[in-house]
Amino acid sequence: MAALPSPVLILGARSDIARALARRYVAEGCAVILGARDAARLATDVADLKVRGGSDVDAVEFDVLADDPDAFFARLGRVPGTVIMVAGLLGDQAESANRDEAARLVMATNYLGPARYLLAASRVMRARGKEGGCLIGISSVAGDRGRGSNYIYGSAKAGFTALLSGMRNSLRADNIMVMTVKPGFVRTAMTEGMALPPALTATAEQVAETVVAAQRRGRDVVYVKSVWRLIMAIIRSLPEPIFKRLSL
Amino acid sequence: MSLDRRPEPLSGWGRYPRHQAIGIHPADAPEVSRAATTAAHGIARGNGRAYGDAAVGADATIHLGRLDRFLSFDPTTGILVGEAGLLLAQIIDVMVPRGWFVPVVPGTRFVTLGGMVAADIHGKNHHAFGSFCDHVAWIEIDDGSGERRRCSRQEDPALFAATCGGMGLTGVIYSVAVRMQRIETAMIRQRRLRVRNLDAAMEAFEANLATTYSVAWIDCLASGAALGRSALFLGEHATLAELPVGRRERPLALPASGSRPIPIDFPDFALSMPVVRTFNALYYRRQFDAEALVDLLPYFFPLDSLLEWNRIYGRRGFVQYQCVLPLETSAAGLRLLLGAIAAAGAGSFLGVLKRMGPQSFGMISFPREGYTLALDFPASPANLALLDRLDGITADHGGRIYLAKDARAAPAMMAGYDRLDAFRALRRERGYMTRFASRLSQRLEL
Repeated sequence: MAALPSPVLILGARSDIARALARRYVAEGCAVILGARDAARLATDVADLKVRGGSDVDAVEFDVLADDPDAFFARLGRVPGTVIMVAGLLGDQAESANRDEAARLVMATNYLGPARYLLAASRVMRARGKEGGCLIGISSVAGDRGRGSNYIYGSAKAGFTALLSGMRNSLRADNIMVMTVKPGFVRTAMTEGMALPPALTATAEQVAETVVAAQRRGRDVVYVKSVWRLIMAIIRSLPEPIFKRLSL
Repeated sequence: MSLDRRPEPLSGWGRYPRHQAIGIHPADAPEVSRAATTAAHGIARGNGRAYGDAAVGADATIHLGRLDRFLSFDPTTGILVGEAGLLLAQIIDVMVPRGWFVPVVPGTRFVTLGGMVAADIHGKNHHAFGSFCDHVAWIEIDDGSGERRRCSRQEDPALFAATCGGMGLTGVIYSVAVRMQRIETAMIRQRRLRVRNLDAAMEAFEANLATTYSVAWIDCLASGAALGRSALFLGEHATLAELPVGRRERPLALPASGSRPIPIDFPDFALSMPVVRTFNALYYRRQFDAEALVDLLPYFFPLDSLLEWNRIYGRRGFVQYQCVLPLETSAAGLRLLLGAIAAAGAGSFLGVLKRMGPQSFGMISFPREGYTLALDFPASPANLALLDRLDGITADHGGRIYLAKDARAAPAMMAGYDRLDAFRALRRERGYMTRFASRLSQRLEL
């Protein structure tokens, strides 16, 4: 089995999915760098990963809304082999629709920031030559079609999905693999208290396991629970005159 | 941290009884403190493996599933520190390949560190090693005072003794430091003895007190001369030299642990008397005396390979009855307990008998010297009435019931706990009565 490109930089490291990913990559023998706001609070996560066998684990200050992503990668001091963008914000649809600042935050956290940081990551990977690397974006099935219940979040994820698709196409020649992950429902802090259908709901550990397996196999677009691929294919295929009348 | 929007139905592993409960889900240490400080009649919950209502908050339930980090491990002292929500299964996966095992483990590895302290769990080595908290170096706990407290045998020993086995009623445990034990291999040298009745089983236990692990599966439906017939399982950690040559290359490797969920609730007839009786009789007949090397996981956690095995008891759920009787009354008391069960024709796949060692320091910790018996029953009205009769026998013989299993006992059963007054006094003095309460503590007036 080919080694996974290390170190693995996980951006938005405080989420449950990020924590599961970090543990998985440590178990695979990778060096791991966690990025989140208030990085000092990641000390317990770093300690956890070290006890689990991580020999090279680090935490860095990262804010997906902060300007100058190039400076962030310069500060990092080394070029990551894999960059995973986990940062995102579900927000509240009604609030986002009624308040400009709420909408801006959801758009910036799910599209603008993630896009700028992954573009910056691709620049440092290209700059070092043919070695390439891997960029992974945690997008969402919500980006597959705008739906009344979450279209502001969904539109930002749609943009992110389109960006990843374009980067995949463009960066192939540079030996940079780009993977889009659409987890579907995940039982995490973000979905706490929601009644989620078990058959459609993954755990953070399942997401992490799927991501690592898909990266090894060089997959392009991954639905964590494959039933989502079918569901979203049906949702995408509904004609707009019908779709607009549905409560989705 | 967020508050669940609505109360949700919540129960223990037995799925009986079910209550409505509000959930709080802290994500890190500061949020645990906040949850403990703002709690009113709240209780911490780990992975929900207590059978009854011990981890269902009287008001709020504080879920610690996300507090699942290892904090440190020192190979020179063997002390492992982890957050309260860390699963035993994770500790085993990470530590066994390095040659370390948890000193005391219960019958499932899907319990949390905090839960193991709160129930002061015991294992097959209780007679030799004591209970889990005998191996705990210190605990950090948020007792709602706004300050995280560290307690140990030296530091605030009263809080330590109340917290070890204290069913979460002294606060929200944040972290636990436990002394791990060295192992050479991930295998157990098992010896199995078939014993024809209760006297023979107790004789076998007494004759094997020097063996590290011992437990008996007991056929609760056998009666008359065969009352208490059992299969006794003795075990020692296998040394490297005891492994077959082929296994010596990777002595600490854990076998891949495939688990299969039970897909549906079993229909009630699946556990009807003829089925259980036949199963028990066949099982007993298969247990001829034998010695074998067995893998560590199936040895300690035979039911873990069936995820959600609690569903075999059907939708109404089940109750587990576990009591311990003093050494001097064990023979008479066990005979009455088994007789009552056999007479009622109620029985379970899982009758377990074990010799326990001396009582530990926890104020309301369950283990005490004597014999403990554990059985499952579907939660039917007839079985609940039987359990009340079993309580009477346990009380008459100076025994106590295990709070981590209990779902239905009356406050009078707490008479078996000789240091309950000290526990209650500490709770009152430190203001814990109004902060920390579970459905169990309300029911039993703890």
